[in-house]
Amino acid sequence: MSDNRPVNLDIGTISFPLPAIASITHRISGVILFVGVGVLLWMLDASLASQASFDELMSTLQSPLAKLVIWGIVAALIYHSIAGIKHLIMDMGVGETLEGGQLGAKLTVGISTVLIILAGLWIW
Amino acid sequence: MVTSVTSLGRSGLYDWLLQRVSAVVLLAWFVCIGGTILGAPELTFVYWKSVFSGTAMRIFTLLALVSLFAHAWVGMWSVVTDYLTERMMGPRAVVLRLTVQVVCVIVLFSYVVWGVQILWGN
Ligand code: HEM
Repeated sequence: MSDNRPVNLDIGTISFPLPAIASITHRISGVILFVGVGVLLWMLDASLASQASFDELMSTLQSPLAKLVIWGIVAALIYHSIAGIKHLIMDMGVGETLEGGQLGAKLTVGISTVLIILAGLWIW
Repeated sequence: MVTSVTSLGRSGLYDWLLQRVSAVVLLAWFVCIGGTILGAPELTFVYWKSVFSGTAMRIFTLLALVSLFAHAWVGMWSVVTDYLTERMMGPRAVVLRLTVQVVCVIVLFSYVVWGVQILWGN
């Protein structure tokens, strides 16, 4: 089956302008979240099991390493969501021109950066 | 039309829509939880526990987990069918890709079951 299928873009040789970087980052953040959800569920479990496990979780989350991990997951979630919303807007036919694509990528990166920094400030 | 036996809905259009609907559910859930955490005057165990003991919140959370299952199945399918290909990985790509896909689905299924345990078991 695969032998007869047309070969389209060779993704190994394409250059990367901002919209392409914004797009691959959406993909990378999606894969990070796939793993990150495991950490989030573990936290949800610990936070709801008992008062003791809740307190233990809260003190675990004080360590710099834990904060870094949480910030990483939250950053992936923020970026993936903002880029995802951009996707949904473009799916409705808005901003599908070259200029629109470039503006959308800039907005995505800009808004996410601000939110990710705010999230970092809140965590620390 | 793109058809593949390992996609979720056997049709690209159906998968595309599922991924979007599930994205909206996930977004709503994360915004709701984020608002709960940021909006609480002080995040205590008693308050947090009460948030998740309501039936509506449990249904919403389960819906988010099921959406995650669909969303990430389609999402990880897109990723592996782009990179784990014969062109990039050589002749054993199919075996590799199927293995990774099976692992993804098992992980996602475990997330759903784990979530049910957290919501109704604690
Ligand atoms: C935390 C759970 C989530 C996980 C594990 C996840 C994972 C993924 C993955 C792996 C992809 C495939 C990326 C690609 O094909 O390049 C994807 C695509 C997508 N995600 Fe998520 N995602 C999550 C939450 C969200 C949220 C909250 C939104 C909100 C808008 C969202 C919107 C999207 C959209 C629109 C796509 C389609 C992109 C495309 O067609 O290329 N996702 N997601």
